[in-house]
Amino acid sequence: MWRYILKNLTYLIVTMVATSFIVFALTEATPGDVARKLLGAYATQEQVDSLRKEMRLDRPLLERYVEYVGNLLAGDLGYSLRYKTPVNDIIWDRLKNTGLLAAVAFCFIVPLSMLLGVLAGMREGSKTDRAILLGGTVLASVPEFAMGVFLASIFVVWLGWLPGTATLVPGEWSVASQMVLPVAVIVLFDMGYVVCMIRASMIETMQRPYIRTAVLKGMAYRQVILGHALRNAMLNPVTIILLQITYLVTGVVVVESVFAYPGYGRMMLEAALFKDIALIEVGVLVAVVVAVGTQILGDLGYRMLDPRIRL
Amino acid sequence: MTLPMTSTPILQFDSARISYFIRAGEANVIPDLSFSIAPNEALGLVGESGCGKSTVALAVMQYLGRAGRVTGGRILFEGKDLAQATEQELRQIRGRRIAMVYQDPMSSLNPVMQVGRQLMEVPMIHDGVGEEVARARALAMLREVKLPDPEQVMQRYPHQLSGGQQQRIVIAMALIAQPALLIMDEPTTGLDVTVEAAVLDLVRELRTKHRSAILFISHNLGTVAHICDRIGVMYGGELVEEGPIRSVFANPSHPYTRGLLDCLPTLGRDKHGSKLKPIQGQVGSPLKRPPGCQFANRCAYVEIGRCTTAPIPSLEVTTDTDHVVKCVRWAELPPRSREAGEGAAPQMVGKIESAVRVEHLRMYYKRTHGLFNTGGQIVRAVNDVELVADRGRTLAIVGESGCGKSTLAKVLAGLETATDGDVTLSGQSVGHTAIEDRKPDLKRKLQMVFQNPDSTLNPSHTVGYAIGRALKRLKGVGGAAARAETERLLEIVKLPAAFADHRPHQLSGGQKQRVAIARALAGDAEVLVADEPVSALDVSVQASIINLLNELQTERDATLVFISHNLAVVRYLADRVAVMYLGKVVEYGPVDAVFKPPFHPYTEALLSAVPQPDPDASHARIVLEGSPPSPTAELPGCVFASRCPRKVGEICDTTPPPEHALAGGHRIACHIPVADLVRLNAVG
Repeated sequence: MWRYILKNLTYLIVTMVATSFIVFALTEATPGDVARKLLGAYATQEQVDSLRKEMRLDRPLLERYVEYVGNLLAGDLGYSLRYKTPVNDIIWDRLKNTGLLAAVAFCFIVPLSMLLGVLAGMREGSKTDRAILLGGTVLASVPEFAMGVFLASIFVVWLGWLPGTATLVPGEWSVASQMVLPVAVIVLFDMGYVVCMIRASMIETMQRPYIRTAVLKGMAYRQVILGHALRNAMLNPVTIILLQITYLVTGVVVVESVFAYPGYGRMMLEAALFKDIALIEVGVLVAVVVAVGTQILGDLGYRMLDPRIRL
Repeated sequence: MTLPMTSTPILQFDSARISYFIRAGEANVIPDLSFSIAPNEALGLVGESGCGKSTVALAVMQYLGRAGRVTGGRILFEGKDLAQATEQELRQIRGRRIAMVYQDPMSSLNPVMQVGRQLMEVPMIHDGVGEEVARARALAMLREVKLPDPEQVMQRYPHQLSGGQQQRIVIAMALIAQPALLIMDEPTTGLDVTVEAAVLDLVRELRTKHRSAILFISHNLGTVAHICDRIGVMYGGELVEEGPIRSVFANPSHPYTRGLLDCLPTLGRDKHGSKLKPIQGQVGSPLKRPPGCQFANRCAYVEIGRCTTAPIPSLEVTTDTDHVVKCVRWAELPPRSREAGEGAAPQMVGKIESAVRVEHLRMYYKRTHGLFNTGGQIVRAVNDVELVADRGRTLAIVGESGCGKSTLAKVLAGLETATDGDVTLSGQSVGHTAIEDRKPDLKRKLQMVFQNPDSTLNPSHTVGYAIGRALKRLKGVGGAAARAETERLLEIVKLPAAFADHRPHQLSGGQKQRVAIARALAGDAEVLVADEPVSALDVSVQASIINLLNELQTERDATLVFISHNLAVVRYLADRVAVMYLGKVVEYGPVDAVFKPPFHPYTEALLSAVPQPDPDASHARIVLEGSPPSPTAELPGCVFASRCPRKVGEICDTTPPPEHALAGGHRIACHIPVADLVRLNAVG
């Protein structure tokens, strides 16, 4: 098992080096050089040239990349042009905000989808099952922005119960009340998908002969579900559930934009639009860490649930 | 000790009627079934698949699923109607008063729960005892089913146990609550023959000890003969014959019972003696039942009118032993003779030339662990094997799972390539040529037939397409010629030409296997490698496929390499036999020589383990202790030494056994001198 973790950490580092290099190289490969991108279309050629000199862009790509990595390792993440501040000053704050949003949403998604998925899957075709399946499919098919606008028009415009933006600045509305709508949209949207996954796995599990064995042992239905079905039914979804973390951290651009939430997703969107290279680089690396990290977590979780798996 | 006489049977079916309600309507699987099991009695139910055997078991358990329902009559357990029982009462009966052992032990056990816990659950649910008591009972039960080191076994997960050990766990789980009735649904199907023998012996032993009544369901007449007091033959949801086991085996009175017995290859039969007599046709659909005898459309003795108009009553064959049969003509049937088929022994004339030579063949592969290829160990799947398959003859390779017989077949077919040594096909070296590198002519010459026809035929293509494609690839025949050729091939395997337009789901298992054989013959194959081609089929169908293979061989002079774990089938079909154990051939020779002493000790054990469809057969079994060593272990001596009941001494572990060469090319690899091997012989 330690061997497995070590191996994956190595993969993580290799992936990070590869991705960071690709992103770094892309800024070279795209038309116009870095200095021109930084200064914009209206800068004079002299200005561009002087910046090139200042940034020492005339050196080979590899040399500059090595220097960049050295800076990263030393803790200097570069300077964000969009926010006119060192990357260090902005990214951690944004990550913290998104982390909060993700954590709260995750705490709702997992137990709720497990409950609904198991309830639906334990008796395929029952009324409960059909209701949950229908609800899950509808929720999973409504785009996030539509759901955001829909919920906002009810709770903000019509009822006036909640704020329409979540800037995390305490004022008229508390931070907690600001969080309600973004969390709700993420939970509803994401849960539809996870519920369907858990339901499918549960249906499959309930058809297994060992469930028949358990029933014919004389166990009560509740005991069969909790004692024999649940753990088996969670084997496949555990990977999918952990993949949601990646989505929650790096994929909630839309929700953050709709509610003006100062998070990582929105930051990356703006960085990309503004060609804020330093910020993009670091943002991508964070995404890689989150993705590979949750994958390792997923495998470990799978191993904990399934004694047949040896890592 | 005498039993207290009770008038109440443990289990009684009283005109029970069971149906499944499916989209197509009501499938009346059991129209009207009556039988009973007395305390301490074992009743065996036999019949082909689709005859309603498992439905009977599940109806007793009241576990028919949402579609299944008992629509008439009663199923009484100790005098109480199970259909009237509340959910609460059922829970108290299930697992405690009636327990069940299932066909596939691996899937019947929860894969993520330690087996000890699964055992302990039973007393904990039913007797409300605590962990300590439950643990003690589980341990005691594990000792009874003779699992070594019970403390350790308790902590294992199902996948860490062998198939035989898993089934012992399931049996322990069933017996731990001392049930009044034990239902066993095909408990040894899928287990290796030596493991099956050990499990059956255990069931016999525990039966006398625990005094549970047993409902034993099997398609294998041999296992039923070994375990049961009475036998019920099921066909189309009816008991067509029922009686004491000796009476039924001695005097089978229903044409179906006779059919089941006659289609069975046994250790005493070979292809030169008599042809197997398959039962024609297939089990009818429960959606449409004929008014008279259910078996009428497949029966050789049917008399239109008498047999086909009214339901057939149960008639007594003997008055003293309550042997009954549902056949109006039973008394008029001709006396039964085993040598029914014409004994046309094909004359083996002319020079025997070899079609396939296997020379010092080795096939090693690396076993990998976990998600990544770490800690690779060498598995010696085929380890220095030397064989010859003669043209126009059958070479059978027999052995238990993991002995390397399928790997050998794969090397022949080019699905794997040899690590060392070689295979020659008509003098041409092919052992190192993978199938994709084989020339069309070579591919054409050697074709393969697989075990499971369901998974080898693409469900979305018609039969005609599957065969046509083979014709195109192997012979370059296309268009109208291909259609004609396809029909000719279907005719060879005795299927109507119209089947070319059918898709696999419209065919029965036996028909699918015929299509697979037709496809293999598309390029006029000289060598057919058949890997367990009849193992997934019902005995009646199995007989017809075996006959077909036999005919094809005599007509086309084809060479057959027949891989099987079934010794009776091998005995019947083979000309030469190789017995494999752990990648080595331990005995090899003409079929008559291999099935007669002198035996290799492993062959002897295998033969003694075959359940004979004869209640009076001697049960002098050689039970093999333990399980085969890991295929990754490097064994300097004899591969069978660790389990050999005839082990000579240290020499078996340290020195490879010499190969005794006997008459007719018969070879035995053993340290015991031939003269002693002749004497050592428990099988007879």
